[in-house]
Amino acid sequence: MKRFDPLLPIIGVVGLIVIWSFAVWGQVVDPVLLPSPTKTFWALWKGMNGGALGFDFLKTVQRTAISILIAAAIALPLGIVLGSSERLYRSVEFVIDFFRSTPASAMFPLFLVLFGVGDKTKISVAAFGAMLVILFNVAYGVMNARKTRLLAAKVMGASRLRVLTDVMLLESLPQTFIGLRNGVSLALVIIVVAEMFIGSTDGLGHRVFEAQQLFEMPDMYAAIFAAGALGYGFNLLFLLVERRFVHWSGK
Amino acid sequence: MLETPAGPPGGTPAPERAHVTIRGLSKRFNNVVIYDKFDFDIPRGTLISVFGPNGCGKSTLINMIAGLIPVDEGEILFDGKKLSEIKFGYVFQNYREALFPWLRAIDNIEYPLKVMQVPNVERRARSEKLIANLGVKIDLKRYPYEMSGGQQQLVSIMRALIVEPEILFLDEPFSALDYEMTLFMREQLQRVFQETGTTTVLVSHDLEEAVYLADRVLLLSRHPALVADYVRYDDARPRTDATLSEPEFIRVKAHCLDVFQREVRKG
Ligand SMILES: Nc1ncnc2c1ncn2[C@@H]1O[C@H](COP(=O)(O)OP(=O)(O)OP(=O)(O)O)[C@@H](O)[C@H]1O
Ligand SMILES: [Mg+2]
Repeated sequence: MKRFDPLLPIIGVVGLIVIWSFAVWGQVVDPVLLPSPTKTFWALWKGMNGGALGFDFLKTVQRTAISILIAAAIALPLGIVLGSSERLYRSVEFVIDFFRSTPASAMFPLFLVLFGVGDKTKISVAAFGAMLVILFNVAYGVMNARKTRLLAAKVMGASRLRVLTDVMLLESLPQTFIGLRNGVSLALVIIVVAEMFIGSTDGLGHRVFEAQQLFEMPDMYAAIFAAGALGYGFNLLFLLVERRFVHWSGK
Repeated sequence: MLETPAGPPGGTPAPERAHVTIRGLSKRFNNVVIYDKFDFDIPRGTLISVFGPNGCGKSTLINMIAGLIPVDEGEILFDGKKLSEIKFGYVFQNYREALFPWLRAIDNIEYPLKVMQVPNVERRARSEKLIANLGVKIDLKRYPYEMSGGQQQLVSIMRALIVEPEILFLDEPFSALDYEMTLFMREQLQRVFQETGTTTVLVSHDLEEAVYLADRVLLLSRHPALVADYVRYDDARPRTDATLSEPEFIRVKAHCLDVFQREVRKG
């Protein structure tokens, strides 16, 4: 039976579709609110192949990718610097924790004032949120580097800089990837919300919102699934990269 | 340079050139005095086992000698030189946390040479020589987490040896290994010592192991640590399982146990 184990995740998917089909067939829910799976997947297929959905999908990918790149470019070096001095980190810890706990959506009005209605605001709020998440994880990864390993490098005569690049950096990688995965999830949430409400003309958030306004339910569900697939895909991408480059993680 | 260093306390008549001289060493942790004006000489080319009650300061001693923790007072010199001027090796008890999991075993072994900016080709040549000298047959292309505990500790020891250290420190290097591995690793260490004659300081909590491997056993008292006794064990190498049942071995071990128990009771 073991060799069928890789197929196990499919059971949940099939189960969901079966329940969904029965709900539609039995008219448990108003058919206008819940279209059939075939209609929905047809909308998804059409939308992604030359339809508006595909374009919106790429827009959201682009915004999320840019914001995570900006976040990482700031948070990785800063996290390493902060983490390599525990006292330095303690002195800014409260500020980081405070803003990390602040809902990023509360920052929209401020960023709107700063950057106006456009991509800049969406991307910078998402980058801001993701940056704090990554920063926190990188700093902790560096701070929690195994003491023995640092000592080992030190007795071998490694300079402080070398200890940082050869040991602390690598030690922090597993935690850094946790930060990147959480950061990209948060960035996607913020981008999609922003696309719904901050004067957008494109993006997955806009697509979901517009489909709902026009009562095109299959399109709305299709856009939701596309957003889900995107979130899942980003996570999977980081997991694969991590498994490739941080092969020792968890061992 | 120190002029005419005093012989080891409780010492022996045979004049030996001191390799490490420890003078007036003091160390306290939160007002608990661990060492108070401690003097000791470690002779060149000998293997010294350090044995004593739990928490008496064995690790503290070798960590201070190896510069891992600062001394409060006193001086430790290596042939009159400072620690920064010599090459030494240190083997941690916790090999899992001491090796670098992102490097293959062979790259772990060569890492100290990389720090010393030895060119790639020479690094390879030196590790190959070390592997041949020790007769190591395990696959060093693997990552540490793919190896058994004993293999990992062997890699740690090789990493300490690759620089051809003047002095080698080991803090309970085998205590995380199972018995079979421990026996195997003792033989490896004995072999290393015979091959290289490197001055070696071994902290061990296993009296049989301490005596079996040692030229001298340094018995420490409860802290503030003093030299409770400094026992010579001169049996020829290689020592084998048969050594363990020889009268001289049994006598030395019994004597050490005596001293140890006297010290434990004092506490
Ligand atoms: N960083 C530290 N801070 C405070 N006390 C310490 C510290 N390191 C060691 N000590 C104390 O100093 C004493 C000597 O410690 P040390 O680790 O050298 O003992 P040890 O002889 O190696 O013991 P063990 O047999 O358990 O390995 C112990 O009582 C210990 O509690
Ligand atoms: Mg100890």
